[in-house]
Amino acid sequence: MDSTQISAAVARLARDVAQRAQAEGAADGLAIVGIRRGGVHLAARLRAALRQLLGKEAPLGTLDIALYRDDVTVRGAVPVVGPTDIRFSIEGKTIVLVDDVLYTGRTVRAALDELVDFGRPRRVWLTVLVDRGGHELPIAADFAGVKLEVPDDQNVQVLLKEEGAAEDAVQVSRRGK
Amino acid sequence: MSDTIIIEGGRVIDPASGTDATRVVVLKDGKVAGVVERADRPSGATVVDAKGRWVTPGFLDLHVHLREPGQEYKETVATGARAAVAGGFTSVVCMPNTKPVNDTLAVTELILARAAAAGLARVYPCGAISKGSAGEELAEYGELQAGGCVALSDDGKPVMSPGLMRSALEYARAFGLPLTVHEEDLHLVGKGVMHEGAASTRLGLKGIPGQAEDVMVLRDVALAELTGGRLHIAHLSTAGSVRAVREAKKRGLKVTAEVTPHHLTLSDEDVARSGYSTDFKMSPPLRSVEDVKAVVEALADGTIDCIATDHAPHSLVEKQLEFDVALNGIVGLETAFPVCLALVKKGLLTEKRLIEALTASPARAFGLPGGTLAVGAPADLAILDPGAIWTFGPKTSFSKCFNSPWRGRALTGRCTHAYVGGRLVHQAGEGA
Amino acid sequence: MIGRQKHCIALEDYSREEITQVLDLAVSMKEVLRRPIKKVPSLRGRSIVNLFFEASTRTRSSFEIAAKVLSADSLNWTSSGSSVSKGETLIDTVKNLEAMHPDVLVIRHSASGAPGLVASRVGCSVVSAGDGAHEHPSQGLLDAFTVREKLGTLDGKILTIVGDVSHSRVARSDIYSFGKLGAKVRLCGPPTMMPMGVEKMGCTVEHDLKKAVDGADAVIMLRIQHERIGAPLLSTTREYSRLWGLNTKKAAEWLKPGALVLHPGPINRGVELMPEVADGPASVILDQVENGVAVRMAILYLLAGEPVEGKA
Repeated sequence: MDSTQISAAVARLARDVAQRAQAEGAADGLAIVGIRRGGVHLAARLRAALRQLLGKEAPLGTLDIALYRDDVTVRGAVPVVGPTDIRFSIEGKTIVLVDDVLYTGRTVRAALDELVDFGRPRRVWLTVLVDRGGHELPIAADFAGVKLEVPDDQNVQVLLKEEGAAEDAVQVSRRGK
Repeated sequence: MSDTIIIEGGRVIDPASGTDATRVVVLKDGKVAGVVERADRPSGATVVDAKGRWVTPGFLDLHVHLREPGQEYKETVATGARAAVAGGFTSVVCMPNTKPVNDTLAVTELILARAAAAGLARVYPCGAISKGSAGEELAEYGELQAGGCVALSDDGKPVMSPGLMRSALEYARAFGLPLTVHEEDLHLVGKGVMHEGAASTRLGLKGIPGQAEDVMVLRDVALAELTGGRLHIAHLSTAGSVRAVREAKKRGLKVTAEVTPHHLTLSDEDVARSGYSTDFKMSPPLRSVEDVKAVVEALADGTIDCIATDHAPHSLVEKQLEFDVALNGIVGLETAFPVCLALVKKGLLTEKRLIEALTASPARAFGLPGGTLAVGAPADLAILDPGAIWTFGPKTSFSKCFNSPWRGRALTGRCTHAYVGGRLVHQAGEGA
Repeated sequence: MIGRQKHCIALEDYSREEITQVLDLAVSMKEVLRRPIKKVPSLRGRSIVNLFFEASTRTRSSFEIAAKVLSADSLNWTSSGSSVSKGETLIDTVKNLEAMHPDVLVIRHSASGAPGLVASRVGCSVVSAGDGAHEHPSQGLLDAFTVREKLGTLDGKILTIVGDVSHSRVARSDIYSFGKLGAKVRLCGPPTMMPMGVEKMGCTVEHDLKKAVDGADAVIMLRIQHERIGAPLLSTTREYSRLWGLNTKKAAEWLKPGALVLHPGPINRGVELMPEVADGPASVILDQVENGVAVRMAILYLLAGEPVEGKA
């Protein structure tokens, strides 16, 4: 995907979320939470787009899932922990949980575990830019910008201008050794 | 015995007679028969090839702990005497802080009996200065001397009472016995466990200032002057003590001093580097780099008379503990020669002075026989290989304990043969 | 591991980067402590044994809470009720405990070097909660964290430590943590309480309190430890308090605006620190307590987060 396609996908995601929020009466209780690190900037973009569509600014948070990972017994070094920043109450909110790529689903599982330690949301809508298949857990995106079928030996990376990339892009490449 | 032993080809270093040359040493009937340029080999004589090696009088160690009676699990007179000859020491003076303390004829005779039974190094007991070494009443010096004691000490402890020290120095004069004293003012030592300095500060260990030793040395030098007694400073470790002894000798007082191999070569920085290893914990503690320099120079110029190991065996039970709590002391009989030889290699000590400090000087300080290869002297000898490389540890050692900073380390210099009264009592290569 | 460190025993051995790694992680850990549910599953199934041979409620509790927030199992083992009183050596005690497979041993002991002795004999990581007068690394780290959090950085800052430095493991760890992060450290107290050669640790000594705190960005007041003092080092606590204690007047007149006051606790109110200063605006003593849990969480996470060699 190139930068035009990405912008279009984000716009489409925002429209779909806004529509459903209005249909289910959730427009007032929306909150956007980006999963570090890939979901952080996308969450900010979605929030801006939703503000245009709904006329109000939903609160924005960041979730770092390092402390909730499930691979303790198999990994080597401890994962680096980044900041989690949720300054609003999530009680009763509709959380738009944002990540760049949905793959095995383990990151989302960890994010859900962490999210409920902050309170009890009304509902969580998993919103991703790329759903690349290969789920290892029964987790599916509520909103996906694009669906790709990518074999296991390949990597999907989303590069964004906010992170220093020259252009927004989705890159599919062979996994390095 | 009419055994004749001819030792050929070795470099004979005998400071007592001023010899340092390649010579043949002839031993006959347990005595030195001659130190000559060439000798015949009578039939039946044992010939020993000492080429490339040194032949010296057997060493004398004025300060060892043999732990018998009472702590035989650490060492016995027999195992200590075996370790001694393995290190080249044919005579040792053993300290009285046994259990019970050697303040009676009974203990002195026990030690001598064990030594005779072992038939290895000559053991000269040292009697206690005070009864039980409690620092209160004088022990019976007459009886101790008659029994065979050659010196008096409360080693392990200082004589804190100046009054008692004065009496001891005076009373001992009647018997011609020197007092060998462990010098530290316990009030300044407090709960200290290592030398007080930047290293103890970093390690967070309570420190013992060098002056804890200095004040007692100065005190006892003054008392030696007052009484005319013979004072020998055990395990001297500080620059301050060196100055005091130097001054005392200049003024003609009967003061002598010994220093250990570890105080000549290790400092408080080595304690810090060891990571709290209790193989570096002893009393007096390893001192500052400046103190080490001072005692090396003092040994070289004769201010310190001789080297004495303060061989202090302790088992793992007493040493494998927190630094604060572990007992003080390291073994030293078998490592003394290579450790001190390193000073010669560094140019800090001459070969002659090293051997003198192990032979003639200790003999003279305590008035003991030996320390010389003069014709007619007892045939107590060491043959040393200054280039031999070996590792000190349980497999090579004869002592029961191995509490030493050199355990497991490669050392250069070894005693290959030792003779006491013309009998071969040690040959390197024979397993422990 | 913390960088190349398997243990947290002496900040003397830690690099600036390793110290920074712990402090940066503690920021995230502090955030967890402010959540409604103070628990994350990261150390689930790991066991942390607190081996305290010296009495301490606050440090032990701090380690315990830290372990529990991370979902680790925390076991307390204190010396009075145990085999040490039956004459068992430290090494035997520890080897017995190790047979129960702890992931981390947190040890406080009155003998300097004890944690190192333990670490040389066990396979798991060892965290020192204070050994003799040697070091108290988690305290050194939490003090640095507290000041860094308020001032943004420690580079170029001035820290003054006041009190009985001779007997203080906290002082030694603070000298290392603050020094390695770029601060200048000054020590202040009566000469009898300044250990020999302490300047070689990279700090200066000033006996006059007014001069010592002049321009300081943070002041750490140490507790006068009556229970540790052997030879008499103080004339009286009254004189100590007059000359080296911090009261409101001195704090107002001698400390620069914005200077922070710290104390490792427990405070001898009225001796080294007057209550009004301890509870006053410059005091960050309560922050120290909260930060202590966060810093200990960071240490435990980094050391216990990996599988122990030899364990399944």
